[in-house]
Amino acid sequence: MALDEIKIGGMGASRRRVEDNRFIRGKGNYVDDIVLPAMLHMEILRSPMAHARIKSIDVSKAWEIPGVRLVLTGEMLAARNLAWMPTLSYDTQAVMAMDKVRFQGQEVAAVIADDPYIAKDACEAIRVEYEALPVIVNPMQAMAPGAALIRDDKENQTDNKVFDWEVGDRAGTDKAFAEADLISKIELHYPRSHPSPIETCGSIADFDRATGKLTVYMTTQAPHIIRAAVAMVAELPEHMIRIVSPDLGGGFGNKVPVYPGYVISILASILTERPVKWIEDKTGNLISTGFGRDVYLQGELAVRKDGKMLGVRMHTISDHGAFFADAQPSKFKIGLMHSAFACYDIPVAHLTATGTYTNKAPGGVAYRCSFRVTEAMFFQERMVQAAADDLGMDQAEFRRINFVKDDDFPHRTAYGFLTDSGQYGKCLDVGLEAIDYKNFLVQKEEAKKRGRLLGIGISTMTEPLGAGNSREYDILGIKMFDSAELRVHMSGKAILRTGAKSQGQGHETTWAQIVAHELGIPADDIVVEEGDTDTAPFGMGTYASRSTPVAGAAVAMVSRKIRAKARKIAAHLLEVSEEDVEWELGRFYVRSSPDRGVTIQDCAMAAYSNMPDGMEPGLENNAYYDPPNLTWPFACYISTVEVDPETGVWDVLKVVAVDDCGVRINPMIVEGQIMGGLTEAYAMASMQFITYDVEGNCVGSNYMDYLLPTAWETPGFELHEVVTPCPHHPIGAKGIGECATVGGPASFVNAVMDALRGTGVRNIDMPLLADRVYEAIQTGKDISGAPPIKTEE
Amino acid sequence: MSSLYEEISAPPAAGVPVRRVTLNVNGQDRTVDVEPRLLLAHLLRQGLKLTGTHTGCDTSNCGACTVLFDGRPIKSCTMFAVQADGHEVQTVEGLATQSSLHPLQEGFKEEHGLQCGFCTPGMMMAAKALLESNPNPTEDEIRWAISGNLCRCTGYQNIVKAILWAAEKMRGSSN
Ligand code: FES
Ligand code: FES
Repeated sequence: MALDEIKIGGMGASRRRVEDNRFIRGKGNYVDDIVLPAMLHMEILRSPMAHARIKSIDVSKAWEIPGVRLVLTGEMLAARNLAWMPTLSYDTQAVMAMDKVRFQGQEVAAVIADDPYIAKDACEAIRVEYEALPVIVNPMQAMAPGAALIRDDKENQTDNKVFDWEVGDRAGTDKAFAEADLISKIELHYPRSHPSPIETCGSIADFDRATGKLTVYMTTQAPHIIRAAVAMVAELPEHMIRIVSPDLGGGFGNKVPVYPGYVISILASILTERPVKWIEDKTGNLISTGFGRDVYLQGELAVRKDGKMLGVRMHTISDHGAFFADAQPSKFKIGLMHSAFACYDIPVAHLTATGTYTNKAPGGVAYRCSFRVTEAMFFQERMVQAAADDLGMDQAEFRRINFVKDDDFPHRTAYGFLTDSGQYGKCLDVGLEAIDYKNFLVQKEEAKKRGRLLGIGISTMTEPLGAGNSREYDILGIKMFDSAELRVHMSGKAILRTGAKSQGQGHETTWAQIVAHELGIPADDIVVEEGDTDTAPFGMGTYASRSTPVAGAAVAMVSRKIRAKARKIAAHLLEVSEEDVEWELGRFYVRSSPDRGVTIQDCAMAAYSNMPDGMEPGLENNAYYDPPNLTWPFACYISTVEVDPETGVWDVLKVVAVDDCGVRINPMIVEGQIMGGLTEAYAMASMQFITYDVEGNCVGSNYMDYLLPTAWETPGFELHEVVTPCPHHPIGAKGIGECATVGGPASFVNAVMDALRGTGVRNIDMPLLADRVYEAIQTGKDISGAPPIKTEE
Repeated sequence: MSSLYEEISAPPAAGVPVRRVTLNVNGQDRTVDVEPRLLLAHLLRQGLKLTGTHTGCDTSNCGACTVLFDGRPIKSCTMFAVQADGHEVQTVEGLATQSSLHPLQEGFKEEHGLQCGFCTPGMMMAAKALLESNPNPTEDEIRWAISGNLCRCTGYQNIVKAILWAAEKMRGSSN
């Protein structure tokens, strides 16, 4: 009899997590927990200025402190050709500033010492003389005539522009707008934000002169990419580099790029011939490592009187900081911004994008996001609400009539993406019912009569997850596939390794469930390992919700290869031809007499002890999976809020999430991902942002200024599911990790704007701080959050 | 009794003051020589090799370093090791016995109250203090009690459930 899949921890089981066993005991193995013999400690001195010429650096006092082993400056790096490094967006980035500093927090020097306290003391003893230069903190300043040139290091760079780019059908869109009954417009700023995992970045570089091998333990979501980058930058051969990504205390895109700290620690280890540990402090993390967003979004939607969307125009102006270091693998300059409106049936669209340098930290990482889809979907859903308002149409109905219909798949979007499946209308219905939409509208009107402001916000979207396919997506030329390697031992227990890297998503638990589903080996019998480039197959890592769409698919494919070999062994053991062998979960049997069968464990044993003549012994294999397309999960998030007109404070009354991420491997983990994502969505809507004052000082450099919601503010969430399997994924799964972060913010903002309907206010930029909401209510005017918000002058 | 200064760093340079401190950690007396400026969190992590206590910020905001100090939850990054002289400290490593987990540990696993696990030790220590003074807390009381601890992964809802799970189990076993 076939096994009960749930009992063996297969697909669909809310299997409790394997990794928890060490985390709940305090036995996780994060990079700062690792101690190597004779290890030294590194601290980085950062620039207090946002834009300034370095006149001199005096490190002599630092050298005088007992316990200091090495002091590094940009000049010393330059002597080894390490002062600059390539970024993931084909720009260059300073590892340490030499000529000038270009943002506050930039690396200026480093001290390597016997302990971290001494290294900090010594950093304070370094004297740097700066000559202030004009500071640019937003794209408008950057593009103003006569603006100071930030990247004077680059030949042929005469202004602060990074790129001009466009996509879509300009002429067709113009025509659609000419024919429209109504054109609705909106202008937004998606503020700069930081992924801010609680664990900061860090590394321990350990260069062994005797073997020539460099081992780096580090906080990375993509160990193999790092190995390729280190090979390039440090000019070491790949087989002499081992990158180990131990347990990560969260990532959210922050731990994808190569940061100067990693490179400096590597050089320090090569020079001292001792292991060098660098653990970034929180301020260093917030002011220097990859931020997300910081985009001005302008657009308009052409609609017909009956509500049909006819065309959309978008223009984005993005602020990339001092170096163009967007961590994204597409050839599109502004990432997947043009995935906007993918769930709506719109004939034509056009997008123009301008990117600028500013004196702010570089980054542009996909913060719980697939490369700007968060901005895209936020714009989309704010635009949709504004257009529904302008039309005087119900916001749910407006969405529904424009959705791509269930039987219209595959669907080519106006910007050229191919979506493959979905039940958008059904998801919306489930959401509306859960929030009791009709009733709420009635309640809202009644409350209004008594001076209470209630609002409801809807956000519906499909987004492209799981980069990529090798035709369109690569990093440094390496195609965006992923991999899995499975070894089944003779007892039928197994070890699985993948090229992905968990940061809390629970791969050790879910990957085993996929193997259990494919092979019938109980999940508890399968160990999962990731993160060590010496043992894991080459993969592109975990971000952009690509683990399940790509590495998860590779896990299914390698299991199928194993099953194909096991089938041959089974035929041999059962003494029948392979065609006469049938499979049910965990067991092969003879078609004509189902009682005669052998288990997968029997086959495993035979693979080492009794294989058919001529068959290679063993039961192991690997699979490299290049997805045919992105996956397109759909989500509907609806929230209700109450705004206090006296104070501008708003409270969330209820949040409903309906997610269709295809087949769910582990429902418990999927729900955990959704709730985590919703919390970050709420954070961005309500409090979390990084801004800069006119001098380029980062406001948001610690957790007192950069606010993350606590358990107290965070609302409760009600989750619902719809399942439309992904047609091209081997187990029908789509990505889920980022959906709620991407789609969530608009539901909160739309809800507050709905509460303010009738006050004349059309937009308040995120975060919707109470003072912004209050000011909007008082003045009846929109509030722009574009930094600098207020200048003292 | 052992002197652990060497394990924290190289022997102190001339002129660096050193204090001898005796504290009880998870039921065991430990005597260490430390610089007065050494943070308690660093003593626990580097000196005593109890790396379950994490540090996640520089400003006493994240709570990843939460331990119990004479039974009360404190942020060990905000206290000097010398201030712990003569006091009792409990860390996450003291929660489980060899044969069984603490109900909070079980609850966190059962209710999926953790993802990356970085905030988890601090969360559980804050929750332990709550349940010791209030065995039957409401959801609001739990949310308030852990509001000094940041979690970036879970959205807190499952952490609340995990603590409720543990509270129920602890009440059951004490009846
Ligand atoms: S490390 Fe953040 S509060 Fe102690
Ligand atoms: S589980 Fe990752 S911070 Fe809480």
